[in-house]
Amino acid sequence: MSETTPAMPVTATAAVGSPPPPLAPETKPGYVEKPASLWSDAWYDLRRRPLFIMSSILIAVLVVMALFPSLFTSINPMDATTCQLSTARQPPSAAHWFGKDNLGCDVYARTIYGARISIIVGITTTIVTAMVGGLLGLIAGFAGGATDSVMSRVTEIFFAIPSILGALLILAVFRTGNVWTVMLALAVLAWPMTFRIMRAAVITAKSQDYVVAARALGAGSGRLMFRHILPNAVTPVIVVATINLGMFISAEAALSFLGVGIQSPDISWGVMISDARPRFLEAAGPLLFPAAFLSVTVLAFIMLGDAVRDALDPKLR
Amino acid sequence: MMTTHTDVLPTEGGLGNTPLLAVDNLHVEFSTRQGVVKAVNGVSYDLYQGETLAVLGESGSGKSVTAQAIMGILDMPPARIPHGEIRFRGTDMLKLTDEARSQIRGQRIAMIFQDALSALNPVFTVGWQIGEMFRVHRGMSKRDAQKKAIELMDRVRIPAAKQRVHDYPHQFSGGMRQRIMIAMSIALDPEVLIADEPTTALDVTVQAQIMELLAELQRESNMGLILITHDLGVVADVADKIAVMYGGRIVEKALVHDVYRTPAHPYSKGLLDSIPRVDLKGQELYAIKGLPPNLLAMPPGCAFNPRCPYRQDNCVSEAPPLYEISHTRSSACHYWREVLDGSHE
Amino acid sequence: MGRYVIRRLLQAIPVLLGATFLIFAVVFALPGDPIGALAGDKRMDPAFAAVLREQYHLNDPLLLQYWHYISGVFQGDFGTTFSKVPVSELMAGKFQVTINLALTALVLEAVIGIGLGLWAALRQGKATDTAILAVTLLLISVPVLVTGFVLQLLLGVQLKKSTGIDFFPVAGAFDGWRSYLLPGFVLAGVSIAYLTRLTRTSLVETLRADYIRTAIAKGMPRRRVIGRHALRNALIPLITYLGADLGALMGGAIITETIFNLNGIGQQLYQSVYLREQPVVVGIVTILVLVYIVANLIVDLLYAVLDPRIRYE
Repeated sequence: MSETTPAMPVTATAAVGSPPPPLAPETKPGYVEKPASLWSDAWYDLRRRPLFIMSSILIAVLVVMALFPSLFTSINPMDATTCQLSTARQPPSAAHWFGKDNLGCDVYARTIYGARISIIVGITTTIVTAMVGGLLGLIAGFAGGATDSVMSRVTEIFFAIPSILGALLILAVFRTGNVWTVMLALAVLAWPMTFRIMRAAVITAKSQDYVVAARALGAGSGRLMFRHILPNAVTPVIVVATINLGMFISAEAALSFLGVGIQSPDISWGVMISDARPRFLEAAGPLLFPAAFLSVTVLAFIMLGDAVRDALDPKLR
Repeated sequence: MMTTHTDVLPTEGGLGNTPLLAVDNLHVEFSTRQGVVKAVNGVSYDLYQGETLAVLGESGSGKSVTAQAIMGILDMPPARIPHGEIRFRGTDMLKLTDEARSQIRGQRIAMIFQDALSALNPVFTVGWQIGEMFRVHRGMSKRDAQKKAIELMDRVRIPAAKQRVHDYPHQFSGGMRQRIMIAMSIALDPEVLIADEPTTALDVTVQAQIMELLAELQRESNMGLILITHDLGVVADVADKIAVMYGGRIVEKALVHDVYRTPAHPYSKGLLDSIPRVDLKGQELYAIKGLPPNLLAMPPGCAFNPRCPYRQDNCVSEAPPLYEISHTRSSACHYWREVLDGSHE
Repeated sequence: MGRYVIRRLLQAIPVLLGATFLIFAVVFALPGDPIGALAGDKRMDPAFAAVLREQYHLNDPLLLQYWHYISGVFQGDFGTTFSKVPVSELMAGKFQVTINLALTALVLEAVIGIGLGLWAALRQGKATDTAILAVTLLLISVPVLVTGFVLQLLLGVQLKKSTGIDFFPVAGAFDGWRSYLLPGFVLAGVSIAYLTRLTRTSLVETLRADYIRTAIAKGMPRRRVIGRHALRNALIPLITYLGADLGALMGGAIITETIFNLNGIGQQLYQSVYLREQPVVVGIVTILVLVYIVANLIVDLLYAVLDPRIRYE
């Protein structure tokens, strides 16, 4: 259908200027009240998406695995006595589902315990980048002018630095890699993306009629920013944050693989892949099992992000 | 279902008895997630050579969908044509092969769209886009096609056509862009030209110029012209006859001056009353109350009944057929007599 | 057009300075004493060490050191390593490897990404489309770390074992461009997926545009409507995406290089960070930032060439 009529008040024109008929009417109730029902609409929509259901179940299992790994395995891989060098690279068996690694440790138990670091790094980095990038983006978009120009130039600088190499450098400064330094290194390089998205969304929201009206009615800057603009600009940030969560988990594994991230004896899937690598061609299991878990975890978060995006804003597709 | 057909309207320009283009009991539906939308429900109209037919209606009345069905540019699916014929010089185009259809499209039946800025391709020069008609359909060389494009731009009175042929659409003003659209559509001397709200996006002075240009081109080439519009004022001077559409149906068909003088359908009457008039200056303008019908949930009986000042009980229960009032006009209103009488006051 | 180019060039300068300074500051903060590391286990004569320190401006404040460095870079001098090897010489060979890898990846990305995307767009809503979208989801989700090892095992080792033909020879063994195919694909994986999605969206959206309806109404054959009218518009965001991706591919090559033992700049950077060879680290990152900036500049210019609406602004 291509008929469009410019919006004109009926009483002032000869045109048949009534609003176009609802060809595809909103069957969902309460569409008028925008922010509240956007979320309830999205939730209604999400619950019936197979992608969302699948990824939610996966993520729930992974979170439980991160919190209570002992529910999944009776072996505590942190205890070095559970490893026997003589059984190194044993293939999978009933007792050791994923076999043994180069040091004769149980790959299954280590893989289960590896979930914790991935989940912590993923979630904390996401929260930190969303808060920092989001807040700065809100300020830049709201303030405009010189503030915006300066802040935008600064983010451009960060965009120019290749992220894995940048993270590698930052981690080298710290000497010891752990969950927090990895989180920091990733966040330092990732916040500009959230900044950009938030800034664009705020600039769009700022020019909306209801914001202009609120301003005209004398709403203060703080109230405008947090009551009127933020709720309407936060959607794209949430979508990108969910997708990035998976990317952070992937990046943690990469940095740990390179030896600058998580260090033994802490267990991370990246560390496991790195450890298994020298004998990879003889025994692929110790590398492939954590790799599979890593992939599924990243996949789960990216599927969740895709589903959330489709539900919240079909236009972002 | 339609019961009466009053399609043989003798008009000034009509030659012979076979219409150039005949839309006959056309139905178009769209399948959407919410259900099947019946956008066009049994529309019939004829167009003779040299004649101008204005199709009037608001958004969603089915006027543009009908035009797109004639052009064969509906997306099918989701669109579907369950019944009806569209005869071009006696041949039902809906039965033709895609190949045969595309031989007619653009060459013998051409179309102008509402918003020329979005209807023209932003990345090609206007010369390229006009010339394409000659290159693709007539196998002309680039240079000859370019020459033809300049001639056409001259013909639609674009100043400095020779230089501007190398410009891109966004470099033209709205009126000039619509002229380019027109130049492109008349490139191969079509027998039928459909103009879908050709002036809606333009300001009033330019509107008049474009209408004048269309009327003039039509006189010169004796083509049949279908003017689709929601604005009665725009077509009054150029159209010969009019078909008013509402909710996917034709509610009134008449010669243009008959409708102006004495509308025979409450909807046409409402449209006329809402035109600002110099002699009634200062008075509040009439507006048809209510909203256009929801095509997914059409009111029972006559689609216009919820907004109609003439409504009686049977309007809700019984859909009016297209009553033949005279052999030049018909109205789909049970109470067309009362409406006519009311118009005579 | 000329003014547009100059404006873009001017905008690139602060980015270049800012990024290199940031890197310089981080490297400056790297722990350890590079001069001490140079001597290895032996103890260095303190007087000699002092001379070296002076020579490399190591006693100057950060800003002054940066100034010495960046003014050298603008004259094409990336300095020398502490073991007297010119940094540019050290980097040249490594860059060749990474550029080969990134370009292979870029070509694979363009061919596969655009191809799959167009295919999906033209079969929109059908099984092929769904399948292609599922593949992109997998490509985005599976980390390079995983695809790298899995493909190395399956295609590099098992395939060779079972067929006796070395389709994807291990790199570094002088097998020419073929040795870059597998790592190139691994490196391009995520980008292929994004480009596929972008291509699909772009073409689907373009096909909905009013001017496509016009082209159909003009009686243009379907092939021409898609191939000329739609594609010419749909390609604009794709080409810019590809251009901007070159920098990202080069910067992200380190994992792939490590998995496939390619001796590129990622590897070099890694070693240099550990050896505290500050000039090399900064030099490599500076060049990568330059690649990023130049690639983006070219993209902006391409944009102007491809989209006349920008050209005349």
